[in-house]
Amino acid sequence: MLYVVLSLFVLACLAPLLHRYTGRHSGSLLALVPATLFSFFAAQLALVSQGEVLSQRWLWFPGMDIHLSFLLDGLSLLFALLITGIGTFILLYANRYLEGHPALGRFFLFLLTFMGAMLGLVLADNLITLFVFWELTTVSSFMLIGFNHENAESRQKAHQGLMVTVIGGLALMTGFIMLGFAAGSYELSDILQQDLTGHALYLPMLVLILLGAFTKSAQTPFHFWLPNAMAAPTPVSAYLHSATMVKAGIYLLARLQPTLGDSAAWMLTLSAIGAITMLTGIFLASRATGIKKVLAYSTVMALGTLTMLLGLGTEKAALAAVTFLLAHALYKGALFMIAGILDHEAGIKDFQHASGLRHKMPKTCAVAVIAALSLAGVIPLFGFVAKELLLEAVLSGSHWQIALIIATVLANIFVVLVAALLAIKPWFGEEIATPKKAHDPGIAMLSGPMVLASLSLVLGLFPFIADKWLLQAAASAVYGNQITDYLALWHGVNLPLLLSLTSLCFGLLLYSQWPRWRQFTSGVDRLSAFGPEALYTKMMAGLVIFAGWQTKVLQNGYLRNYLLTTIATMLLLVGWAMLRLEHFNITFDLHDVKIQEATVFLILLVTILSAVLVKSFLAAVALLGALGFAVALIYVFFSAIDVGITQVLVETITVLLLVLVLYRLPEFRKLSSNMNRARDAVIAISSGILITLLVLLVTNARDMEGISSFFIANSVPEGYGRNIVNVILVDFRALDTLGEIFVLALVAIGIYAMVHLRTGSKPVTNADKRLASELKRMNTTQGDKK
Amino acid sequence: MTTLMAILIGCLYAASIYMMLRRSMVKLLIGLILLSNAANLLIFTVAGLERGVPPLIAQGAETITGPTADPLAQALILTAIVIAFGVLAFAVVLLHRAYEVIKTDDMNEMKGTD
Repeated sequence: MLYVVLSLFVLACLAPLLHRYTGRHSGSLLALVPATLFSFFAAQLALVSQGEVLSQRWLWFPGMDIHLSFLLDGLSLLFALLITGIGTFILLYANRYLEGHPALGRFFLFLLTFMGAMLGLVLADNLITLFVFWELTTVSSFMLIGFNHENAESRQKAHQGLMVTVIGGLALMTGFIMLGFAAGSYELSDILQQDLTGHALYLPMLVLILLGAFTKSAQTPFHFWLPNAMAAPTPVSAYLHSATMVKAGIYLLARLQPTLGDSAAWMLTLSAIGAITMLTGIFLASRATGIKKVLAYSTVMALGTLTMLLGLGTEKAALAAVTFLLAHALYKGALFMIAGILDHEAGIKDFQHASGLRHKMPKTCAVAVIAALSLAGVIPLFGFVAKELLLEAVLSGSHWQIALIIATVLANIFVVLVAALLAIKPWFGEEIATPKKAHDPGIAMLSGPMVLASLSLVLGLFPFIADKWLLQAAASAVYGNQITDYLALWHGVNLPLLLSLTSLCFGLLLYSQWPRWRQFTSGVDRLSAFGPEALYTKMMAGLVIFAGWQTKVLQNGYLRNYLLTTIATMLLLVGWAMLRLEHFNITFDLHDVKIQEATVFLILLVTILSAVLVKSFLAAVALLGALGFAVALIYVFFSAIDVGITQVLVETITVLLLVLVLYRLPEFRKLSSNMNRARDAVIAISSGILITLLVLLVTNARDMEGISSFFIANSVPEGYGRNIVNVILVDFRALDTLGEIFVLALVAIGIYAMVHLRTGSKPVTNADKRLASELKRMNTTQGDKK
Repeated sequence: MTTLMAILIGCLYAASIYMMLRRSMVKLLIGLILLSNAANLLIFTVAGLERGVPPLIAQGAETITGPTADPLAQALILTAIVIAFGVLAFAVVLLHRAYEVIKTDDMNEMKGTD
């Protein structure tokens, strides 16, 4: 399966090249690959429908339990078939839809990457691998939504989709790590064997994972990005909405239900958020007039419904969820492609400008009507089967029955309205002129919707085909156990059927009053100023302002402010850690001080104090020299002869250098205010005290043997030298010394460059002078004219 | 003696930090010199002070028995002294050059990035 996923990425990289050489047939050629993959997956149906789970694993980061492992069960197979199957038609369709677009090659690159990422996501067995693919879908969908990148609005929408899903992705990653930690494994096949609802980390991990799934699947209040994602070319919308992207969140929820689903928190959150999303989506759909917009909001409705079903947690709900998913993919894919056809062949984007197209576009009309009937859930289409199951599942649910059934029926009424809009409005009634000369598109564009719509019909008439081959296995994977329910077209006259009929009637009634309904609810538009999208915009603006403010405060350009911040932070952190110490063991021990040491100490104190206070630069340099030599004396007193010698040498050169170079610099000036001086003095003195305490503390706290004994023992046998310090420098740590030499060489080069290469003050050439005088002359003549 | 050294190091650090916080760039330089001395002495003291036992192995002996000063700390300080000199030399020339170009020694006027 690794090769299956990889093949799409490889193909994606080759797509632009292929497009260059094959021109207008590139899309059809590329479509062969997903078609092949589709047949590969279809060939697995026989095994998987028996309840087999295929898995493969390649080691990736074995030490971290991260593998390229893949798993194919009913649920993955359902998604894989949708992704490759619909993907094939999308490629064919896009090839015609975007024909002649200059960046078509790039488009195929993005689309195939997206397809590969999505396929990897649904097949991945490892949480981290899954997450990698998850983020890949986010990134590639960003590219797709912002495909028309010359359009500012398109860019902004792509950005919005990216931000919302990336924030969710971040939460998801944390949730995954918790999940892997709690389960002791990152492999889904291990995790799914466990029930983690009792684990201490259950709630935080649930919240984080749900956040990831909800943002991806556009659940309220994150639903706003999905309709905006229609900035993408229509084939992309069709693909995003029907089989991929937004379904990734649903896939994740369905996938993890056996492990995380058996708790009140899961059930109540999912059914509540799902129901709210369902109602929000369909309500907004009923108010929109743009065809794509209506479809997009109805996708939000479908996603809400799926989430709600997953929240019910029963066997019936699992079956209903996968059935609804399949039905939705079939009709939504078809409808979106038809919306694209209307735009492409007739120039129509809005219901209000379309009427009576059935004569000019008879085939498209027929397909649209079938797909819309499936959306409405009219017998004998597959949408009907799904809707019956949905109602049954909600009716037999364990909690909030009444509220959920009311919500579902209400949503269904509006779904019927939306379906009627799609099935009737553009096609029937009086014929009006269209911006373009309307006609049926060619087979390349129509094949997708035709196949998907006829599948809706076939599976509706013979639901057992889907049931036996695929949905049983898929629902079992969601439910966690083998399910015994089955699909049927006709369940007899029962409550779900009655509810279904009721919603059909009310929906049609509403359709006849549609303009009035829109007017009636026009107040809602004003509410959108307080909606989640407005909040999002404000948040982003706030983020930019905050970032600007923070940069201005922290990166203020004053060296000493950076220093001040660093030192103050160190003071606080180290001081705090010191205060919390249990054994504050400091001894003041002065009895072993020799007279010469005390003298040097006093000399040093005086030089330090005067170096700080003197007003003359030359005096300060002299004092520094004295200080350096006194320090050398300390080294000599305490057995560091080599260090002492080096210090004397270096100190001599330093004083020479300072005198040579710095006598050209200005004398000391008093620049800071007294206030600042006092502040700096306080900070400096507290740091000094802190360091003193630290030294005393550390010298009393040596409880481990140093590593010097190794050097002492091995200096002669290994390094053949008797001066251990030398042996360390040129033998044991010779590489460090080499590094030191490099540093000095670099310094020398740098100094040479600064002294000799004066790029700052270029000598003025004659040409420059001429140019300047020319400019001056022109300015004066212009001034004269005025 | 450790106590005296600790006080000395504290004074050096305090003086260097105070000098580095000044606006005059020459004072910044002096702060830098003080800081490197302070850091060297800190390493030296923390490794332990020993009088009169330099880490030298007597002729004919294989190793040192009995107490000796820590050779590793001394090796580190040797490296540090030389590197500090390199940094100082670079800083001196850099500041000198900066003064030539912008004609000021006030760090407050050196806050642009270009």
